[in-house]
Parts: sequence; structure tokens; C-alpha cells
Amino acid sequence: MTKPTAIVGGRVLDPVQGIDRLADVLLKDGIVEAITGAPGDVPDGYHVIDATGLVVAPGFIDVHTHLREPGFEHKETIATGTRAAAAGGFTTICAMPNTEPNQDNVSTVEFVLRTGREQGVVRVLAIGAVTLERAGKRLVEMAELADAGVIGFSDDGNPVADPNIMRQALTYSQVTGLPIINHCEEPSIAGAGQMQMGVIASHLGLTGVASEAETVMVERDIALAELTGGRLHVAHLSTRRAVEAVRRAKERGLHVTAEATPHHVSITESWVYGLGGAVPENGALSTAAYDTNTKVNPPLRTNDDVDAVVEGLAEGTIDLIATDHAPHAATDKECTYIEAAHGISNIETAFGSCMVPVHSGHLALEDLIERMTAAPARFLGPTAGDTELGSLKVGLPADVVVLDPSADWTVEPEAFFSKGKNTPLAGTTLKGLVVTTLYAGEVVHEAGARLD
Amino acid sequence: MARTRTATTAPERPREGSANPEAQTSQETPATQRRRAERARGSQPSMFGGLSGSRKNVLDLDDFSKEEIEHILQSADGMNEVLSRNVRKTPTLRGKTILTLFFENSTRTRVSFEQAGKVLGADVINVSASASSVAKGESLLNTVRTLEAMKIDVLVMRHPHSGAPYFVASKIDAAVVNAGDGTHAHPTQSLLDLYTMRRHLGDIAGKKVAIIGDLHFSRVARSDVWGLRKMGAEVRVCGPPTLLPYGLRPGTEKPDSAAFTGIKVVDRVEETLEGADVVMALRIQRERQDSGNLPDLREYSKLYGINADRLALANPGALLMHPGPMNEGIEISSEVAHGAQAVIEEQVSNGVAIRMAVLYLLCPRSATRD
Repeated sequence: MTKPTAIVGGRVLDPVQGIDRLADVLLKDGIVEAITGAPGDVPDGYHVIDATGLVVAPGFIDVHTHLREPGFEHKETIATGTRAAAAGGFTTICAMPNTEPNQDNVSTVEFVLRTGREQGVVRVLAIGAVTLERAGKRLVEMAELADAGVIGFSDDGNPVADPNIMRQALTYSQVTGLPIINHCEEPSIAGAGQMQMGVIASHLGLTGVASEAETVMVERDIALAELTGGRLHVAHLSTRRAVEAVRRAKERGLHVTAEATPHHVSITESWVYGLGGAVPENGALSTAAYDTNTKVNPPLRTNDDVDAVVEGLAEGTIDLIATDHAPHAATDKECTYIEAAHGISNIETAFGSCMVPVHSGHLALEDLIERMTAAPARFLGPTAGDTELGSLKVGLPADVVVLDPSADWTVEPEAFFSKGKNTPLAGTTLKGLVVTTLYAGEVVHEAGARLD
Repeated sequence: MARTRTATTAPERPREGSANPEAQTSQETPATQRRRAERARGSQPSMFGGLSGSRKNVLDLDDFSKEEIEHILQSADGMNEVLSRNVRKTPTLRGKTILTLFFENSTRTRVSFEQAGKVLGADVINVSASASSVAKGESLLNTVRTLEAMKIDVLVMRHPHSGAPYFVASKIDAAVVNAGDGTHAHPTQSLLDLYTMRRHLGDIAGKKVAIIGDLHFSRVARSDVWGLRKMGAEVRVCGPPTLLPYGLRPGTEKPDSAAFTGIKVVDRVEETLEGADVVMALRIQRERQDSGNLPDLREYSKLYGINADRLALANPGALLMHPGPMNEGIEISSEVAHGAQAVIEEQVSNGVAIRMAVLYLLCPRSATRD
């Protein structure tokens, strides 16, 4: 067992306990030992982490992480993905089921959970598929997968397109109490679109995805949740109309929750021009245009959508931040925009991106921390990780993140721990840094240091 | 968020069309500086004009100045003079290698580039994707890097994906000419259209140009719109709402977008044609009736087809143009397609001169060294 640790002098933010004060956090034997009333003398024998001027919070929880293993180990492994998660301040992540083989069966789920325990540097939970092969035809054995430990069901990457299958899934899943997490994008509207439909897609000659592809399916799923009484979680909500739909569903008291990604609260469709969000002067494209690292599902949206998603997050209509970390190999992105794979490797930039609306005054830091800790913990329930998560209550796992909300840093994909270097933020300065991450009382990440 | 490029990202190449390319010299790699120095040596005035060597790629007309377009059109006059000689050959680009890499079928554009390169004395290699390693699964990036390793000066490429030549140009040192990318751009077609107009009408500024048809999927129309606006023409467009790009389509108008400023969308084809100096009919692809964009070609022809009655609404002597290949009887009637006002075949012959001018612009070095 390592030495006990004292994180001293920081502003401790623990939304579950309603704590927001300067204090020392004492960690011992892998669990939280105490939060002091105020900074003070540290008992002897403690390893001291000075958090003066910094924020100390429960480790972040990500309910939407693509770890790619098994099947796509050239993009990411559970070992590299968890190391990247630690760099992003996350101490619990949920592996999405679009692996090969899919997480539609107990043995694959068990493989992911076991590999997470053996090779992961943070806690790995798993999400099961909704349908076999994520093909949208036959439901998986939900009760058995729930017993194996999945925390929800999702065919993510694919929407559950058939409304009848979605209705059955929302009904049957009630034997488990777990949510159906749907990637809401109506395929007949989205078609072969590559980016947000609009003037920029027109300008670039790319096929647009209308926002309504999301709206239509979110509205459909809300209707089905109302019909069945099932638990619906909307993955990566990205449009104003979908935010409004979820707001109305919550007002009617339905079991509907939603998540937003760091990119959908911080960057827009104009990033496809490859100029860091700028629109080219007089419309003249440069060879930086068609930045394949901006290709993501759902697509980067308009300024108005970003505003609406941030509003939804601030008021709680959108429950939580989930990364949709989607690492890819270089060859998946070194190609034309149309050929490029969807997704952004963002778990290491998540906090900095989510600080964009905080620094612009549209989201309170306290609320952001809540949406990355207490809210996903609530979503997971009290026993998902065999313990309560997302708080610094005495006796809970010593999963802690130390943050510097005002530190500037430049995104250098080559320095990512993730195998996926695919980010449109290369060279961008983010304001908001993960300084130290502790998992079960052990330091698993320190900014600027490689700990292998 | 502020963005500062760091050493971890790909080194930026000098931006094409920069008003002051020398301003970026400090950030250039030695190879780039050497290239620039070579170009400076090669860019002495010649019979074809003196701007040559100042740009690396021709990807679209959006980054051209009016002066640069004028220069190419003037240079094409000289090229047309070469083409009218008994011996159509100059040593201007002797020792230069031009590679045409076509991932889509094309007759006129590929042959036009090949003829242009050969008349200028360059070696021209034609690669079609179906016959290449692409059929074996090689990526676009590896294909162009392999071909570049065999020493080429200019890569002329056509690709079904919008933006493909931008991606390639960001990865290789050879000059890249876009010979059509997806539904995005076809700049040499636009240049030859401007050249054809100028030969008949003189100054293009203030001329009324009516473009009829599928503007959504037409890379020709998109580049034409850039070129015509740069030259000061008045552009009116008309087409089925489903085939107008977002930004021009009814209900989506974004007049402040740089891509579409100054374009007038007209509902009825008759109104579009009234008083026009140029009538440009765009090719309508048969697939559009299967993809739900159109009920059928018959209705398209009825609403938007250019026939003698409609052409009579334009100015007397208005030019009738079409980028080819034509669907006679659909977007254009046979009567007018081969009538006195049609300059469609002339567009094709001017294409060779324009492509000579473009190739010369991009690889002028041997002209003075020989």
C-alpha cells in the first residue's frame, strides 16, 4: 500500500456533499479518509500534493468512451485508453460496445471488464449492445449482460433505426432497470451526409446532414419512452430542437436523460475549414480545408446549436458531459473527407474544451464539475462500480482530480497518451488543465509527466 | 480559443495566392526556399507573360485575383497562337513531367490536359484509377506519394470526392491542378468558360450571365460562379429548388456568405434569360430522378430546358454555353445546341489553350534555363 496522501490548500468542490470550500483532502488505503474544515497542518507520514490556487474534485466519470479493444487495437487499447482517460481527469469510464466482436455477449463484456482491471489505470465499466451485432434486428440477452455488469445498452455508432425494435428494447430493458442509450440520427434523413447541412457544407461541396435527423429520432424515442415507461438516455445531444424536446420530456416527468460532448459545447461547423474555427477571408479555401479531424457523428453544429446545448447543460436539461472519445489510426483520417472515419480523440482535451463555455460566462464551473462527476454517478446508480462513485465522501474510493481552471496549454496530439491523435484542436490553446489525477489513492497522471 | 501552430503539427506550406508570398520565407523549409528560388529564376517575362511561378496549385478560382485570371486569359491567347501553327510544339516545358491521375471517367478534360502538356513539350503520363494500384486497395495518399517519388512536376487530378486535391496538395511538393473534385470545383473549366466569353464579348465586367440547372451538384457551376464574380459579371441562376445549394435554395438564403454573395436566384427560367449576354445550360444527371431531386427528366426539360423560344428571350447574339457532355433534348434542345449562338465546341478547343496557360503558370522553370 502506498503512503497516505494529503491534497492540501485547494478549493474542494464536491457537488454530492454540497462542499465548496478551501480544505485539505486526506486519502488513505485507497479511500477518502477526511475532508478538513479548512487547510491546516498535515499529519506526519502523508505524501503532500499542494493544490493551492487549484480546484480539487471527485475524479470525472465518462459514460461514453470508445476503447476499441477487442478488435481495433491499432486505434486504441484498454491500456492506452485508460491512460488517456487519467490524463483527462477521468477515473471511471464506460466502454462502448462497438468492438469486434461486439459487446453483445457475456464473454466480450467480461473480457473488457477483466482487461480493464488488469491493464487499466482507471476503472472500466462496460456498456452492452441493444441488438445482436448492433444490427438493429434482435435484442441481446439483456438480463444476462446486466448480470455480467453492463451499465446500459447502446448500439452507438448505429442508431436503433427500427421504431418497433426501439419500443421493444425500452420495454424489455425494464427487467434490468438499465437505460437504452440511443445514438439519435434518423438514417433516412442523415443519408450519406458528412457534415452539418448549411452554407459551409455547400461551399465545400460536401453532403450535409440536416439537424432534423437528430430531432426526428429524439422526438420518436421520447414518444416511445412515454409509451413504454422505459429509461431513455440520449447520447451526444447536439441540436437546439433536440434540447427543447428533452426539456419538454423532463417537464412531463419521463425517464429521459441526455448527454453532451466536449466538442458540441465548444466548436462549430466552421472548424471544417481547418482554420481553428475561422471562416476563410472572401471564401477562399486553403489546403487546410476539409480537416478530416472535424468529421464526427453527430456533426459539428452551428453557433446557435452550441449555445442551446450549453444552455441545456447549464439548466440541467442535459444531465451530463460524456466524451464520445473516438480514437482512430492516422490512416483513418489521412484521406479525403468523405473517406474519413467519424470521431474525435478528445478524452485528454475534454476538460479544457468544456471550460470554453465556463470562461465565456455561460456555464458555472460548479455546474460543469457536477455534470462530470455527480450527474454521471447518478446516471450509473449506486452500485455500478460495486460502490458509489462521483463524490469525495469519507469511505468512497479515493478517485480525485486536481484542476487548474485558468491555466493555458497548447494541444499537441503527439503528446497524447491515446493512440488516437485525431483532434481538430492541434495547436489550439485551451484554458483549463488537469494537473493531477488519483485513482484509488494512487497518482495516475501528473500534468507534464509521463508515468509509465 | 486561440490557435497557435506548434512544431507538432504539419509545417504549413506557403498559402497559395498570398499577396506577398515572400513574407512567409522565414518559416519555409530549405526545400521550399529552393523551389521558390528556382521559380524566381524561371519567371522572367516571355511570350506567355510574366506572372508564372507565383502559385503552387490551382484548386479553385476562389483564391485567384482578377489580375491573375486576366493574366491566364492573356496567356491563353499566346497558347492559341501556338495551337494554330502548322507545327504545334514548343520546347517550353521540355523535361517537365505532368501526370494526369483520374479517379473518374473523363474524355475531354483528360485529353485536353494531355494535349496541352504535349504541345508545350512536357512528358505527360496518364494514370486512370481503375488500372492502377488503387484497385488493389492502396490509399490515395500512398498512391500520390508513390507517383511523386517518380519525379513529377504537376499532378492533374480528378476525384469523385470534394476536397480530394486539397488533401493531396497538403501532402506533396508537386503542383496540383484540380481537374474536378466531387461536387466542389472545376477551375480550368471555369477559366475556359471565361476565356470563351471574353473572346466574344470583350470585357466580362457587367455582362449578364444566366446559369440554368443543377447548381447543387455541378462543380463547373460552382467554379464559374467564383470566376464570373471575380471578373465583375452579373450572375443569375435558376434551377429546381432541390438542385440549388443550401444558401441559395428558397428559405435558406445566406446572402452574407462569401461563397454566394452577389448571386441572384430567379424563380422562372424565362425571367432569368431576359436580357442575358450568356446562357449557360448545365448537364442534368439522370441519377437525380432516382435520388428524389426530380420527378423526372421530362418535367425538368419542360421547366428548365433551353430551347429556341427561351433562348430568344436573351440578348440578340447571346452566347449559348454548356460544359458538356450534353443531354440533347433534355437540358438543351438539339436545335440550339448546334445553332448559331452555340459556342460549345469552341469551349472545348479553348480548353487546350487554357490548360496550357495553367500548366505554364505552374512549371515555368525550364523555359529560360534551356
